[in-house]
Amino acid sequence: MKHILTEPYTKEKIAAFRTGDTVLITGTIYAARDAAHKRLEEMIENGQMLPLDLQNAILYYAGPTPARPGYPIGSAGPTTSGRMDPYTPLLLEQGVLATIGKGPRNKEVIEAIKKQEAVYLAAIGGAAAVIAQCVETAEVVAFEELGTEAIRKLTVRELPVVVAIDRSGKSIYEK
Amino acid sequence: MRELNVAEITKAVKTLYINANYHLGEDVKRCIHQCGARERDELASSVFETIEHNIAVAEEGVFPICQDTGMACVFLEIGQDVHLVGGNLKDAVNEGVRQGCKEGYLRRTIVEDPFRRKNTEDSTPADINIDIVSGEQVKVIVAPKGFGSENMSQIRMLTPGAGVKGAEEAILDICRQAGGNPCPPMVVGVGIGGNFNKAALMAKKALLRPIGTHHEDAFYAEMEERLLEQINDLNIGPQGFGGKTTALAVHILAAPTHIAGLPVAVNINCHVSRHGEILL
Repeated sequence: MKHILTEPYTKEKIAAFRTGDTVLITGTIYAARDAAHKRLEEMIENGQMLPLDLQNAILYYAGPTPARPGYPIGSAGPTTSGRMDPYTPLLLEQGVLATIGKGPRNKEVIEAIKKQEAVYLAAIGGAAAVIAQCVETAEVVAFEELGTEAIRKLTVRELPVVVAIDRSGKSIYEK
Repeated sequence: MRELNVAEITKAVKTLYINANYHLGEDVKRCIHQCGARERDELASSVFETIEHNIAVAEEGVFPICQDTGMACVFLEIGQDVHLVGGNLKDAVNEGVRQGCKEGYLRRTIVEDPFRRKNTEDSTPADINIDIVSGEQVKVIVAPKGFGSENMSQIRMLTPGAGVKGAEEAILDICRQAGGNPCPPMVVGVGIGGNFNKAALMAKKALLRPIGTHHEDAFYAEMEERLLEQINDLNIGPQGFGGKTTALAVHILAAPTHIAGLPVAVNINCHVSRHGEILL
């Protein structure tokens, strides 16, 4: 089944997503990877104000190449999601609606996805140039000093992803 | 004795590092195309379509093939009749990486310490491997290596009793554990024999061999073929979504080893199996 996801993102809009379905996302997503996740976790644990609103947010595990002049971003494919597993249950609890990356997730993440009625989406790893063409704007919104690992607010048009773990916990990686 | 200015090596490293990140080898492209054509599952086919489209977009020279433009693995085969002049060799290689990173709009991908993790801001230092060979030429090979696949690589110190069967089981198990993480379809580099470090280096060097070629020793060529079939039977498939193609190729390098040992190292590469070489 094919879906289209546009803003405002809500739990209702993703309720019908089933593992193996394809989705085209148009709207805002936040690129964040290892170092940014560690910082977000520390800020949440310390009760600090976060630099972005996680409510119904979509997080994309990506660290892009530098943008050439005249382009909003460089190549921007997904990185391996498993490295973000330790942080994901906490971020889903904070309101994150969907995460985008590549590769399987651990049991804790799958349980958290079920509990929060969230979804895990897979972008095509290594298809970084094609994905870059879906990005219309990119802006660093936090942790600029982390360079490629800073949190970037991306506006994407028809970003193609596959539902890899749906709200029932079914994983595309388990056969 | 031939003199060669290390500035030539800087230039070669820069060019190769940039090119490898925008242009995939014809051997890899051909194999991807052939493997894509035999997928029957709709999702697996669509992954291959995206991968091939991505290669074409990258060739336009704006966006690198992958955002992980890799750790620059540099292999130098230096003829023993060459006298390098004009500066320090390793500095020259790193200067090539530095310039390539900047001019090629490649990602700054290296941190200077594994714990304190401060980015070096220019993707240096390179992983430099030097071989002294006969002659008066220098071969420069640059293989940018992504870490999604590097993280899935393993070494196992088997013992002689394990034999071919034990070694193949270990290799298969490593690929099974890698699953959908390393951006399959992957290229599997295997180093067998030597010692702990030699096996790992051979596994990495095995990735440099053109896809579609076989080990010159029929014993290992058959082992490569058997392993490729078994790995593809795992049904991990492109991106881990299931399908016929989990690996594009298996390449083995073997070396003499100790009477007590049978080291087996597996270096996994993603479908963006990049490298290039220049002879100076």
